Amino acid sequence: MARYKKVVSVLVDNQPGVLTRIVSLFGRRGYNIESLTVSVTNVPQVSRITLVIEGDEHMLDQMIAQTAKLHVVQDIFTLDYDKSVVRELLLVKVAADESNRGAITEIANVYKAKIVDLSVGSMVLELTGEQNKLDGFLSILGEYSIIEVCRTGITALNRGAVHSEGQ
Amino acid sequence: MKLTGSEILTEVLIEQGVDTVFGYPGGAVLNIYDTLYKYQDRIKHILTAHEQGASHAADGYARATGKTGVVIATSGPGATNLVTGIATAYMDSIPMVAITGNVSNSLLGRDSFQEIYITGITMPITKHNFLVTKVEDLADVIREAFRIANTGRKGPVLIDIPKDVTAAKCEFTPKEPIRLIERYEKDLESLRRIANLINKAQKPLIYFGGGVASSEAQAELAALVDKAGVPATYTIMAAGLLSDDNPLNLGLVGMHGTRTSNNAINQCDALICIGARFSDRVALNPGKFAKKATIAQIDIDVSEMNKNVLVDYYLVGDIRQVLGDLMPLVEEKSHPDWISQIEAWQRDDYHPQDSETELKPHQIMRIISQTCGEEAVYVTDVGQHQMWAAQFLHHVNPKSFITSGGLGTMGYGYGAAIGACCGVNGAPETISANGGLKPCEDPKNSGVQNGRQGGAESRPRPIVHITGDGSFHMNLNEGCTAAGYQLPVITVILNNQVLGMVRQWQTVFYEKRYSHTDPCRKTDFVKLAEAFGIKGLRASNPAEFQQALSAALAEKGPVWIECLVAKDEKVLPMIPAGGSIEDIIMD
Repeated sequence: MARYKKVVSVLVDNQPGVLTRIVSLFGRRGYNIESLTVSVTNVPQVSRITLVIEGDEHMLDQMIAQTAKLHVVQDIFTLDYDKSVVRELLLVKVAADESNRGAITEIANVYKAKIVDLSVGSMVLELTGEQNKLDGFLSILGEYSIIEVCRTGITALNRGAVHSEGQ
Repeated sequence: MKLTGSEILTEVLIEQGVDTVFGYPGGAVLNIYDTLYKYQDRIKHILTAHEQGASHAADGYARATGKTGVVIATSGPGATNLVTGIATAYMDSIPMVAITGNVSNSLLGRDSFQEIYITGITMPITKHNFLVTKVEDLADVIREAFRIANTGRKGPVLIDIPKDVTAAKCEFTPKEPIRLIERYEKDLESLRRIANLINKAQKPLIYFGGGVASSEAQAELAALVDKAGVPATYTIMAAGLLSDDNPLNLGLVGMHGTRTSNNAINQCDALICIGARFSDRVALNPGKFAKKATIAQIDIDVSEMNKNVLVDYYLVGDIRQVLGDLMPLVEEKSHPDWISQIEAWQRDDYHPQDSETELKPHQIMRIISQTCGEEAVYVTDVGQHQMWAAQFLHHVNPKSFITSGGLGTMGYGYGAAIGACCGVNGAPETISANGGLKPCEDPKNSGVQNGRQGGAESRPRPIVHITGDGSFHMNLNEGCTAAGYQLPVITVILNNQVLGMVRQWQTVFYEKRYSHTDPCRKTDFVKLAEAFGIKGLRASNPAEFQQALSAALAEKGPVWIECLVAKDEKVLPMIPAGGSIEDIIMD
């Protein structure tokens, strides 16, 4: 069966242990989380967890249905790529000296990445965007010597005036 | 009015309609127990030998009455001892509220004496759990726990209360319990599709499970079966919901189900699954399950749809309401060709031979049903005896066959039977009204009130705990509970001297390499019963068993009857795990 990726937004009670409940559910049922972000929302009692999950159609439905049963989950819905703003933040540290600093800066400019740290032997670049943009940026930087990479995982919102699609 | 946390707990329990709780005291719940002492005329507490027994008792109470079972335990080991009982209830969707004490807030997270992170431990085996750190939150948390346990797909909820919260005082406002009404929207399109499927089918079959019990939809189910003329087969969780006297009832389905039921699953052209979940003990090979059928599923839990077996239609909702709405759309019908095919299978099914000289498991079950009557509540442990009980008892009433289906918990039975007994016959009192413990009465004086509430004349419903020597050894310590409270629980021990179910698998799949299933135990159950203050009897043939059981029914207190059964007796038919009807073993 064909496998898909889904971006899922989960609105949860802002309480201690909520993340444990979600992650424990995924762990015990053998579901794979590709990325996960947690953040506050404009409503103090509600946090938003953005998950990227992967599986066949029925597995994805199962993951959503099982997560929806958790008492701390107020709402859960899939975000349609075409109708959503999907973003991720990347920090990458590249070995750079006088000989290649200019070239790396040029690449950063093309991608509109920011140089957030500069030292004698390295530079740290920051880039925000969709996953494939970040992937492309990293693959070009692969020509140089990457020291460390850190990505936040996806966070996403529906476009337009609606606040969520709900169930 | 200002009350302590313990008083608030007790007040809300009473407000929620709780009259009996099961538990075991300890350091972190001393305040709660002190309050239970003060409230003894309003709420009864049954002390078990072990917290596990108390958790199974709360579960058995819930299954026998339909009410929420309540269990109380102290922190640390008290709480961990509840784990198996909570998991058992979770797997079978039984409403239960477990209350644990914990160390005081100031000691939490410091590896204090008898501290355990029970909310973490029970996260995967509860519908939800709470740690209440403020006394102000307590009342509403308890109310919410009862609501969660009882709505949607039912299940256990745990409330962990630090000791200082049980002592702290705050303002308490009593509230009327809210009437729980399932949110249900009539889905006419899905109803029509399912009705159409039933109406058009040549070989329809209903496969129903424990969801029918949770929804108390037995009358609607029987009406549907009769009106549409659809034969039905059930999972172990649903024994008794449709009377075995109904000719359209084909009996148990799955691994140890009748061959007729499994044949019907294999051959039907429409399968209506009602409150069941295509578990691996029923849909042993999900890829081959009901391959010729269009499958429709009705359940309250949307996450059960397409979980193990892909279905063609489904309808999510409370089963009783769904079936009520489905009825007018279903045509009155009969399926003579299909039924005559089924009758041919039934003639050809597994029919074990009777014996007069030795005790055959099916005869034990038949004698139990005939002697104890339709009012009896049967509670089992787990293993061969459980399957024989499911297969051969005469199931005619709901809430009358209590068994650990999902988790398969050996040692479940005695605690559950004690809980069921307190539920249907009323819990005994052990603390007298003027304070102080009432001395336990001598069984012969029979002064203890075991009669059903509402009249001294009424005879208590027989509670029959059916177990094996393996399961019984796990938690027979609850004998002291049955004896202390003089609970009329009859324990029938099918003693084959071996761990029969595992041994059966070793016989069939491991070339008779009986690894650790033949323990050579020397337990004398009759003497052990006497040591507990329980009447012990032994039977080695049907006549002796009949006599022993009749004698047991006349007793006011608990009785153990040891039945000597041959160690090579098997549970048949049997479809191996992962197999299909083609792999069925009949002898």
